[in-house]
Amino acid sequence: MTQVTNDTSAPKGEPWVWFTSLGLIVGLTMVAGLLALVLYNGFSVFWAPPVPTVKLSDGTVLMGQMAQHRVRPDSPASQPKYERQYQVGLRELNGTSYVWADEAKIVQENFPPQTMGLERMENGPAFVTPIAFVDSKGQRVLFKKESFEGLTSEVEYAAEIREELNAIQRQKIGAVNAKMEASRIDLRRAEDRSEPTAAIKTQIAALELEFNQLRELAEKVKAQNALAKIEVRDARGREVVLPMATIVRAWLPNDMSVWDRVSLFFSRLREFLFDEPREANTEGGLMPAIFGTLVMTVFMSLMVTPFGVIAAIYLREYAKDGVVLRMVRISVNNLAGVPSIVFGVFGLGFFVYVLGGSIDQLFFSDQLKYNNNTPVFGTGGLLWCSLTLALMTLPVVIVATEEALSAVPRGMREASLAAGASKWQTIRDILLPASAPGILTGVILAMARGAGEVAPLMLVGVVKLAPTLPVDMVEPFLHFDRKFMHLGFHIYDLGFQSPDSDAARPMVFATTLLLIVLVVCLNLGAITIRNRLRARYKGASF
Amino acid sequence: MNPSASRIKVQPATESEGRKDYIRIQDYGFWYGAKKALDAISLDVPERRVVAFIGPSGCGKSTLLRNLNRMNDLVDGIRHEGDIQIAGRSIYDPGIEVISLRRRVGMVFQKSNPFPKSIYDNVVYALRIMGVTDRALLDEACETSLRKAALWDEVKDRLNDSALGLSGGQMQRLCIARAIANRPEILLMDEPCSALDPIATGKIEELIHELKAQFTIVIVTHSMQQAARVSDHTAFFYLGKLIEYDTTEKIFMNPSQAQTEAYISGRFG
Repeated sequence: MTQVTNDTSAPKGEPWVWFTSLGLIVGLTMVAGLLALVLYNGFSVFWAPPVPTVKLSDGTVLMGQMAQHRVRPDSPASQPKYERQYQVGLRELNGTSYVWADEAKIVQENFPPQTMGLERMENGPAFVTPIAFVDSKGQRVLFKKESFEGLTSEVEYAAEIREELNAIQRQKIGAVNAKMEASRIDLRRAEDRSEPTAAIKTQIAALELEFNQLRELAEKVKAQNALAKIEVRDARGREVVLPMATIVRAWLPNDMSVWDRVSLFFSRLREFLFDEPREANTEGGLMPAIFGTLVMTVFMSLMVTPFGVIAAIYLREYAKDGVVLRMVRISVNNLAGVPSIVFGVFGLGFFVYVLGGSIDQLFFSDQLKYNNNTPVFGTGGLLWCSLTLALMTLPVVIVATEEALSAVPRGMREASLAAGASKWQTIRDILLPASAPGILTGVILAMARGAGEVAPLMLVGVVKLAPTLPVDMVEPFLHFDRKFMHLGFHIYDLGFQSPDSDAARPMVFATTLLLIVLVVCLNLGAITIRNRLRARYKGASF
Repeated sequence: MNPSASRIKVQPATESEGRKDYIRIQDYGFWYGAKKALDAISLDVPERRVVAFIGPSGCGKSTLLRNLNRMNDLVDGIRHEGDIQIAGRSIYDPGIEVISLRRRVGMVFQKSNPFPKSIYDNVVYALRIMGVTDRALLDEACETSLRKAALWDEVKDRLNDSALGLSGGQMQRLCIARAIANRPEILLMDEPCSALDPIATGKIEELIHELKAQFTIVIVTHSMQQAARVSDHTAFFYLGKLIEYDTTEKIFMNPSQAQTEAYISGRFG
């Protein structure tokens, strides 16, 4: 009866090792799959594959880059039939950039070496056969393989002209416009108060003169390249003339070395990272969105850290333990679970309308009165975005700081107090430095959450396309009131609001990849700082 | 046990040596919430003497020590009766700030607890928070304190290194240096050697002998030998009561209470 067998004393927990590891494997596989998908699709945007010319059984000819390959939705699962999607480009002629082709109907596929890919400022790319090009001096050159280099230098020249024009139009004319705007407000105010207006009027006249001069200059610059164009033939044999000024890049996808493809890859990657978007954001670069995301995240961290730390110090060090404190703590923790869109609505209602509106009433009343009630801070902007996200991530920082403070060895606290330090001196000199790594962990988590947040930002200041950056060289350099672009919103906008979703798809992946990389970089930076701090306290024997 | 034993005010033979009593504890009782930790303690500590508190764990000796600089104020729900006077003035006098009290009464803890700062910053911490910024003054205080704590020769070349790189014994001596840097009048030591090896313990005990010339020292220890070696007077506590307080020699050679004798000879405790 009382006999104890070996079986009953055998450990019973072993199967749980398998169970728990299974959980980990499932989780990691999903994350790895997501990352692999994003990496593959994100990087393939920049890669230039060979471009086939395809003849179909009904006589149509396509020339374009293959975009998708899938089972036809109407084919039975037992005998799948495939179809391919080609990016043929030349949207202004074809009506769409993408064409589906039934794989069964393809009778011939070849890769003619003279096929040329063109990236353009408007209407998407084009895959064509070049005939000839006219250089900036008006000389017509018949296209041969040897003349490709000449064409490339013409394209580069066109890009230089574009940049020069951009500098004049966006920066110089923009600055004049801003001054003119300010002067007009001055004028309206002066008229309203029946003050002398002569000086302001001369100023406006001078600015208008400057404006016209700049516009003439822009026209002159533009004219330098008016002659250059390229004559091409599309797959159906139609001849098209494209102004050189609209060409961003030209390449021969079927006649390139691997090295050429790699350098094209990096050239596109560079454009993606450092240039501005074009074509409703589906082409070009993401610099404003990267910059906006970075600036917003940094400001958010700068705002949430002091508030969170101060609140946590009060909760942990000063507040008396009791029902109220416990309620506050529970509320703070629950705040972390409130849907982010709620914070967005609050940000819009409180920060933008109440706070921003009051700021406008108090400090920008002139602007409101004489500039058609255009709000300055009473509309979404960088400041309100940062504040809204700071509020959203506040619980993370508070909880982490409280944990860090309570993890400081009791002995250190006592030693400081026994030395005659006041409570505040102890907090400032001993507790805060010792809990800095833990606080930083909270800030890292807050940054990770804040950088990837989209929903609240849509309400309080992120836009599809911002003409200016929130930080620039115009006084006061830091424009807290400006709307800005954000990578997360960019992904949403490209993927779901884009008129040409086929054209936007690759960019969605590339942007996602970029956002992930950005968040990882921000985190790595913060983790490096934390590890440095930790190293200082290493070896503590408590 | 004689219930009146702890109520007898034991007067050690200090007057004959011409030293005045420095710490006077009178009918002192102390509660953590509903739990009574100290019961009507009365004892006097003469100045520039070493007094050892001995007794089994939970007997209240550390509680009494921590009340001398009011470290127990940090604990919620405490209550006391009776009085403790230092240099003739009650430590509970509303006119005395607890911070100024702690500046006069330094403390060394059981676990060495250096701050995660440099050795130098550790030693001058008390001076810095008092507002001393004169570098020369700080340098001098640092050297003096480290010399007194017999640590100067070991660390003089690496004052700016982290204090956490020191050995256990060095750390404890650093804590002593830190506690004496602002020249307190009294030094409280709460089992300062319990985590140290015999060599480090020996160094600390030597140190206590030297510090006696300037400071009044109260030391709590579990080691009877240590109490016998370092102290001039010994107080034996049991269950929150002061059982016996006399010269160390008398306590160890010829205790008047049976409980004391039992504890010292290791028959209970």
